[in-house]
Amino acid sequence: MDTAVQLVVLTLAAATPLLLAALGELVTERSGVLNLGVEGMMLTGAVCAFIACVKTGSPWLGVAAGAVAGAGLAAIFGVLVLTLTANQVASGLALSLFGVGLSAFAGLDYVSAVVDGIRPLAIPGLTTLPVVGPLLFGQNPLVYVALVLLVAIQWMLHRTHAGLVVRAVGESPESADAIGYNVLAIRYGCVLFGGACAGVAGAYLSLAYTPMWSENMTAGRGWIALALVVFATWKPWRVLAGAVLFGGVTLAQFQAQAAGVDVEPQLLAMLPYVATIVVLAIISRNPMLILRNAPASLGRPFRPDR
Amino acid sequence: MLRFEARPAPSRLATLLSPLIATLATVVAGVVLFAALGHAPLRALAAFFVQPLATRYGVGEWVLKASPLALIAVGLAAGYRANVWNIGAEGQLTVGAIAAGGLALAFDGTTSPLLLPAMFVAGAAGGMAWAAIPALLRTRFRASEILTSLMLVYIASLWLQLLVHGAWRDPEGFNFPQSKLFGAAALLPVIVPDTRVNAAVLLTLAVVAAAWVFMQRRHAGFEMRVAGLAPAAANYAGIPESQTVWRGMLIGGACAGLAGVGEIAGPIGQLMPSVSPGYGFTAIIVAFVGRLNPLGIVFASLLMSLLYLGGEAAQLTLALPSAVSGLFQGTLLFFLLAADVFIHYRLVRVRAVPAGAA
Amino acid sequence: MKRAAAGADPAAPRLVLTGITKHYPAVVANDGIDLSVAPGEIHAVLGENGAGKSTLMKIIYGMVRPDAGRIAVDGVPVTIAGPAAARALGIGMVFQHFSLFETLTVADNIALALRAGVSRRALGRRIRDVSRQYGLPLDPARYVHTMTVGERQRVEIVRCLLQDPRLLIMDEPTSVLAPPAVAQLFATLRTLAAEGVSILYISHKLDEIRALCERATVLRAGRVTGECDPRRETVASLARMMIGRDLPHPRHAAATPGATVLAVDRLTLAAQDPFGVALDSVSLAVRAGEIVGIAGISGNGQRELVAAITGERTVPRADAVRIDTTPVGRLDADARRALGMAYVPEERIGRAAIPVMSLAENALLTAHRQGLVARGFIRRPAMRAFAQRVIAAFGVRAAGPDAVAESLSGGNLQKFIVGREMQQAPRVFVAAHPTWGVDVGAAAQIRQALVDLRDRGVAVLVTSDELDELFEISDCIAVMAGGRLSPPMPARETSAEAVGLLMAGPRTDAREAA
Repeated sequence: MDTAVQLVVLTLAAATPLLLAALGELVTERSGVLNLGVEGMMLTGAVCAFIACVKTGSPWLGVAAGAVAGAGLAAIFGVLVLTLTANQVASGLALSLFGVGLSAFAGLDYVSAVVDGIRPLAIPGLTTLPVVGPLLFGQNPLVYVALVLLVAIQWMLHRTHAGLVVRAVGESPESADAIGYNVLAIRYGCVLFGGACAGVAGAYLSLAYTPMWSENMTAGRGWIALALVVFATWKPWRVLAGAVLFGGVTLAQFQAQAAGVDVEPQLLAMLPYVATIVVLAIISRNPMLILRNAPASLGRPFRPDR
Repeated sequence: MLRFEARPAPSRLATLLSPLIATLATVVAGVVLFAALGHAPLRALAAFFVQPLATRYGVGEWVLKASPLALIAVGLAAGYRANVWNIGAEGQLTVGAIAAGGLALAFDGTTSPLLLPAMFVAGAAGGMAWAAIPALLRTRFRASEILTSLMLVYIASLWLQLLVHGAWRDPEGFNFPQSKLFGAAALLPVIVPDTRVNAAVLLTLAVVAAAWVFMQRRHAGFEMRVAGLAPAAANYAGIPESQTVWRGMLIGGACAGLAGVGEIAGPIGQLMPSVSPGYGFTAIIVAFVGRLNPLGIVFASLLMSLLYLGGEAAQLTLALPSAVSGLFQGTLLFFLLAADVFIHYRLVRVRAVPAGAA
Repeated sequence: MKRAAAGADPAAPRLVLTGITKHYPAVVANDGIDLSVAPGEIHAVLGENGAGKSTLMKIIYGMVRPDAGRIAVDGVPVTIAGPAAARALGIGMVFQHFSLFETLTVADNIALALRAGVSRRALGRRIRDVSRQYGLPLDPARYVHTMTVGERQRVEIVRCLLQDPRLLIMDEPTSVLAPPAVAQLFATLRTLAAEGVSILYISHKLDEIRALCERATVLRAGRVTGECDPRRETVASLARMMIGRDLPHPRHAAATPGATVLAVDRLTLAAQDPFGVALDSVSLAVRAGEIVGIAGISGNGQRELVAAITGERTVPRADAVRIDTTPVGRLDADARRALGMAYVPEERIGRAAIPVMSLAENALLTAHRQGLVARGFIRRPAMRAFAQRVIAAFGVRAAGPDAVAESLSGGNLQKFIVGREMQQAPRVFVAAHPTWGVDVGAAAQIRQALVDLRDRGVAVLVTSDELDELFEISDCIAVMAGGRLSPPMPARETSAEAVGLLMAGPRTDAREAA
């Protein structure tokens, strides 16, 4: 029983960075913008959060710094693809490559630094309850943040006027423009939100999941988050399912090693990447499923003629 | 007030000027960064861009590092021109190195002159095989080649680590995770004395020339350009998308695989946990800065190679982290994408139309 | 009715344009245009393709910023910075290509236009009220992608009406309607005008304008060339104002068809995307030396049928499409070309031609079998010579074979594309909307070329939205509705009314009655 509870907690912990980053990208893509720079924004968020935490001693200021850093990188991307209508694929790649370089550069003096980080909740009398204690009251605070964000985005997209506007812009920026919406402003908002989420996802890695900074510490999670959005067919709830699935796969490698299973560690480490490929192939093979759910203007530049 | 206005046709001048503007802007950004870090900007610039080329050996290193970048970028550009977004060249390079390295280790001790050519064939085949996976997934299942090819980079890297930690580890190598040093028959000859410049540079030049002929003079290259510029026109003309994807991926994979062989049969001389300092990713930038054009790519590869060397030199003389290279490379690509706006738009001064009275 | 802006003069015209000018890099779309619309007036803006009508309307609606000129609404000078500003002034626009969101419901689409703060129940009630009042029945809960084009237009109109517009711009509204629905639309517009709403009605269909409008402003090449009361003009006199000369008509002798060259046999094909149309057992035969025209409102499967015939889309059953007796259903477009097919698609830019490539390279796109490629290498001189032949044969106004495709006007590029396809000595010629968006002169030339091609024994298939065009050149006409094709009718033995009824289709009739 206890190991099962432990597994759920660990899976959620591994799923959280994917959930945060994928939710942000989902909102960005729902507005019709494809930002392939998630990995770069996550890394930059991770390093800035870590540095801020070292400097101020406050992990929460660190998280804020991560969000601002992610949004800052997203703003550069926004200028390129929204204001200057540059190719979204190329600009996203550029953002990822830039983020890798920037984070490595900025974090060089902090590779061996230690921080206290953000610890899982420990509420006297509640966390120690059997089963429900660790599940409801014993997670890392950022795990709750991610789950609240999930509910909020689901509600925002499908129950509010603002969400309706975002979906409309993602389907047809021309039509949204024609009925008087400022498409660029709305898309900037969604891109910045996506960047902030990726930044927080990075902050979670460097402050909560493994409180330290190392070069390229995201290890492709930004790219997996992109795949998750496709897997989820742009629906927030399914992002959670995907993130948990991948959290489980990530966990499996550590669990197998701990259990003394005689498999090369490198083979186990391949699992999340192989799983991403397999899942992507399975979900993409049904073109109707993708066409029906993908924002129709995804990746297509739009600029009003005035 | 200034605003962008669409040009009637894309500007050729802007197409050529944009990389130069981007390079200048990057240098300016570098000066600002150096100044902010408390270095005399001019001295830092000299350390970055001049000092590495002060010696014959330095120039050799410049060419040596540019060669794989150009080789990979030329292959990627063929795909990018056709909207085939292979970003997994780093993985294809790695698998090319594994294939060729395996051959070199299997025939260790041979003096046959056929070993080296066989290694290149194996490397190209390895890179193509690795690139074939995203191609198959895209054509059969419509899975995005961007994501799958990138995932395969991690898998290839882990595979190489698995080999050098295990089956292919040098038994006399003090437990270091690396293979035996290759025999002489598996190593590329140095073609310029007092440098490390080897015959792989000639291969790169040949491939660059072949790529130009393919894209500009062959009907197949034309078909790929059409597929990239106007997918609907490709469908209208009966150019199958799957054919375009396969061609684009396989060309990219083959070039990356060849580049991998050039590394392990050249400066490295054995298999190590990592056989490339991110050439496969940097080549993406090279391809764009070179305008996806083979000749442009040669210049861009030299520029990017200089940034690598400059980063190393800056580390030695200015105690700047070598990661600054990556930062500059990314910055360059940003500025390029921004400057590219002038290909399709021009800035015009407009007076706001006054309300009522004009 | 929305109240007039502060300081408005109740006696002033609803809209006055003075000296509106808009330059685009290659053309002057509007050149000093003056226009005045009275309250409650139905005012036609008349002009052929490329005359500058759409640009002018987009300027009034704030989507395009003019380079010079003044706009006054109800006597008050205004600057219209964007569609939001236009709507605040009481200006509404119904677009030719709608500005609706297919994945959303009617209520969502309308809520988006009305902004936040409307309860859904109240909105549903208002939608039903307004749509009943003006004879435009709508179900607020329906998804737009399930609706016919005519129904979608109703959504657009109701969406405008819910904002109490004082000026309504209608851009080519009848191009998507079957003839019976046009009468209903006109009744609605007359009701609105009687209530004091001004209507700007853009069209190139002269008889419609004569039936509906009280005043007309005629545009040619970006300038106003006349103003009149269309009810007192004839079609011929309006046409002269519009194009500066009489409407040309092709010579068209009776056909003497030979053997069947193109056959479609019970072709059934599922929709390719969630909002597409499925083909339902379509059969068709085109004989050598005849032109078969396919009529229909766009979005009824014509696009899908043409794609299946030309190989843009392959079909599972190979013998569902045959050239002569060869099953070609599984061959791609290039393989079908090898068997003698040539094809002019709907879109010029990005489909029939690559905008940034030269005309010579655009010739290579489909004509590579005409000796332009040898052993896989492009023969550049042959490629340029071929393009030059097309330019000469069809009088394409271009700088030469090296001119970039997008530098040509719509009419000239279309002539180049039609010429490129005809120069390949085809046996089957498929043309989708061959004169869409083309000036009258080029359109006449293209129609004549199609007739001449038929006279040389080629099997020709043409789809078009314009019934007049089909009647002008076709020997047989079949009608597409809801993915089904009617049996062909000899063009000389049928009437526009009969075809119009078939275009509406049984499905639409049922809904119209509901």
